[in-house]
Amino acid sequence: MTVTDDLVSYEDALASYDPVMGLEVHVELGTRTKMFCGCSTELGAEPNSQVCPTCLGLPGSLPVVNAVGVESAIKIGLALNCEIAQWCRFARKNYFYPDMPKNFQTSQYDEPIAFNGYLDVALEDGEVFRVEIERAHMEEDTGKSTHIGGATGRIHGASHSLLDYNRAGIPLIEIVTKPIEGAGERAPEVARAYVAELRELIRALGVSEARMEMGQMRCDVNLSLRPHGTEKFGTRSETKNVNSLRSVERAARFEIQRHAAVLSGGGTIIQETRHFHEEDGSTTSGRIKEEAEDYRYFPEPDLVPVAPSREWVEELRATLPELPRVRRERLREEWGISDHEMQSVLNAGAIDLIVATVDAGAPADQARKWWMGELARRSNEDGVELAALPITPAQVARVCALVAEGKLNDKLARQVIEGVLAGEGDPDQVVDKRGLAVVSDEGALGAAVDEAIAGNPGIADKIRDGKVAAAGALVGAVMKATRGQADAARVRELILERLGVQG
Amino acid sequence: MADLTRLTAAQTAEAIASGETSAVDVAQAHLDRIDAIDEKVHAFLHVDTEGALAAARAVDAKRAKGEELGPLAGVPLALKDIFTTEGVPTTVGSKILDGWIPPYDATLTRRLKEAGVVILGKTNMDEFAMGSSTENSAFGPTGNPWDLTRIPGGSGGGSSAALASFQAPLAIGTDTGGSIRQPAAVTGTVGVKPTYGAVSRYGMVAFSSSLDQGGPCARTVLDAALLHEAIAGHDPLDSTSVDAPVPAVVEAARNGDVRGLRVGVVKEFGGEGYQDGVMTRFHESVELLRELGAEIVEVSCPSFTYALAAYYLIAPSECSSNLARFDAMRYGLRVGDDGTHSAEEVTALTREAGFGAEVKRRIMLGTYALSSGYYDAYYGSAQKVRTLITRDFERAFGDVDVLVSPTTPTTAFPIGERADDPMAMYLADLCTIPSNLAGNAAMSLPCGLAPEDGLPVGLQIIAPALADDRLYRVGAAVESAFIARWGHPLLEEAPTL
Repeated sequence: MTVTDDLVSYEDALASYDPVMGLEVHVELGTRTKMFCGCSTELGAEPNSQVCPTCLGLPGSLPVVNAVGVESAIKIGLALNCEIAQWCRFARKNYFYPDMPKNFQTSQYDEPIAFNGYLDVALEDGEVFRVEIERAHMEEDTGKSTHIGGATGRIHGASHSLLDYNRAGIPLIEIVTKPIEGAGERAPEVARAYVAELRELIRALGVSEARMEMGQMRCDVNLSLRPHGTEKFGTRSETKNVNSLRSVERAARFEIQRHAAVLSGGGTIIQETRHFHEEDGSTTSGRIKEEAEDYRYFPEPDLVPVAPSREWVEELRATLPELPRVRRERLREEWGISDHEMQSVLNAGAIDLIVATVDAGAPADQARKWWMGELARRSNEDGVELAALPITPAQVARVCALVAEGKLNDKLARQVIEGVLAGEGDPDQVVDKRGLAVVSDEGALGAAVDEAIAGNPGIADKIRDGKVAAAGALVGAVMKATRGQADAARVRELILERLGVQG
Repeated sequence: MADLTRLTAAQTAEAIASGETSAVDVAQAHLDRIDAIDEKVHAFLHVDTEGALAAARAVDAKRAKGEELGPLAGVPLALKDIFTTEGVPTTVGSKILDGWIPPYDATLTRRLKEAGVVILGKTNMDEFAMGSSTENSAFGPTGNPWDLTRIPGGSGGGSSAALASFQAPLAIGTDTGGSIRQPAAVTGTVGVKPTYGAVSRYGMVAFSSSLDQGGPCARTVLDAALLHEAIAGHDPLDSTSVDAPVPAVVEAARNGDVRGLRVGVVKEFGGEGYQDGVMTRFHESVELLRELGAEIVEVSCPSFTYALAAYYLIAPSECSSNLARFDAMRYGLRVGDDGTHSAEEVTALTREAGFGAEVKRRIMLGTYALSSGYYDAYYGSAQKVRTLITRDFERAFGDVDVLVSPTTPTTAFPIGERADDPMAMYLADLCTIPSNLAGNAAMSLPCGLAPEDGLPVGLQIIAPALADDRLYRVGAAVESAFIARWGHPLLEEAPTL
């Protein structure tokens, strides 16, 4: 059965209803080994090459908790302003699925490691919205099923499925918000900003690269509507695996419009999971939850409780880096730019690159000029992330230094950058190989100036008569003669000097 | 040299170390014995002739090079088929693992190999260790060497029968609710459930994780202690393993003494349902302890009344989850994989065909007990009872050093008698279950034959957690006093097979 969903306009939806959201984000930790065994977590290995009795769930095997996983979970909890449990346990979440080797997932249930926190997120215009955190808990990832023979890659219509257990047992932290209320029409934007902020936070903590396109961070968007002025939550839909910032915003927006259409048409929302479609930003019905799934949770008897000492928690708290939002605000002030400009820098993924360039000795405005200008243009053209361009902050800083020293002008500097990107080596090497240094030999420059004066007597006369503006033509001639490698300001000075005119 | 199969493990190791005999000769003698009589007993599911002889040759080679041998080097052992053995089938008494050859050794298996113990093969058991008679094995029952028409106890009936029929001087069992002690009791052998966590569970196929405990089985208290020492100790691969030094069990077994010891008799064990002859031998044992210098104190553990009920909620709950992995996807039996069934259907068909009735019964019980809305009433209440039982023990051990009771209410019953009556079967573990729930240490050792049927009766000794050495100190004293009284070990009275 194909259901074509009716939608009402976003404005109409918001005119009648108030959205309530819940966001569940899974983060794959960047630990070297899996959560409960010593297998590697390296991505891209041959299927089923990073497995052992434990992560394959072989009879007799037992789990052992990865201490780095627990440490990462506590760091995330602390950064989210959560309380850290004095004592908590793992629990088994029981359900059958072939990609889950034990047919239960080792997770946490009513005793999460971290709970009751919040994350302040900044919206585009600088407004700060507080998202309350319900809990963050530890669990393990499942294996990966690949369904063969079906049209859509889904299990429906497939002739057989392939299972890869390399991912089984990779540590996950699931971060669950409390119901997000009061965001109104900005709900989709809040959802996006929250996930973006969380991603920055996870990266700043160094616990995961949180690359959404690699599945290292996955988001479920739960959404319901209630008529304005009412308190009771409506029935929610759960849109699973929304895997980019843009998609999070679109999924929330789509569901608001879809729910509103159903509700205003007198219908009822079915509690169900929904699939998000990148192509058109729509969601479609997944499996309907006729009754709440019964996972028969119980405390994992193969593991002992996790009881992080208060001393350890405080030690970890002391190692927390500056929160991304706070850091951004500090940098924005240091760099002297507006909220809006800072947002552009953030969106371009340029903050850390600029900071590193400044650390390598470049002035902030220069560093920002290159990364947000020439390099941003190249990253767009090439369709790669800024950070993935084959140039380092140190190289950019060197280019800035060469300009400051007067050895390069802007035009030449762009050519140097181009050379570095083309793999011609460090900036100094590119300068040498391409012969790009500014002509600063006063003798050679003087000769070129004399030549230009001699070749353009009419213009020279005008200048002598006080038409200083005419000097531009002679500068142009000198630049042409030196193939652009002269310092234009110095050339102008020399011309005026030679002609006995004050600039 | 006398019949090598009649020696104790300690004697065997000594004879090999002194060069009186070789490990290969000892292994061969036991393999011959298995060959000759196991068709009748059916203690083994798999005999690893090649592996056993290779291990024995390695011990002999080591001795020839003048290297020092461990205290059990060259001693043959029967391994319960619940521990994984690399390259050797492991069935757990179930058809569901049909064709599975484990790619890894259990920690216990590895430790045995490192100690130079010669593993003869894998012994029969109730499927997934669920049962008290070994009748639930998918591969047929095992006979009790005292009377082959009777059960050898369970779930470790293969191990106890192998010992009692002199097919091996040592065996390994696992005890979730009595599966080491009850088989020991009904076959006239010695079995110890160490403190929970004393012996690694890594590679021991799980039935009920919070209750399962591997342990030694032998014909003498000293042999059990030697084996205990070889297999116990912290294992980083088992998070629940005890990270403390192994109690000095061998030293205790060599120095049996109960003088000045306070021995508690649990009031709640006895009365209706207990066979007269069992109680007669038990009372004699208590009298013997008094004669040997122990002080006897009656103690009450009122919560024990609920132990069986709590056990039959906790163990099935955990098993319903532990056994979920048998889904035909990665190993073992696969039924219905003919291109017409979905993965889900293949899993269902395989579990239907691969699990026996008792296993299914417990999976269903456990699934129900853990269900939303029932969890608090069943699993939750059972855990509370477990806490109360632990407190009863703590209170008792505040007054006494060890507790004693009959191991099992009756002697070995005929095969088939309780097969259709699960409740009657469950009662066999009445006295053993509390120790599993509390996680403390307990031993069963022979205390005579019941006058009415001439079958062995077991005396259970219970010690606080981590005080396993007390079991051996008391057990050794009782054992030597009984042997002095009888003029020979009890097993000498067993019929010749």
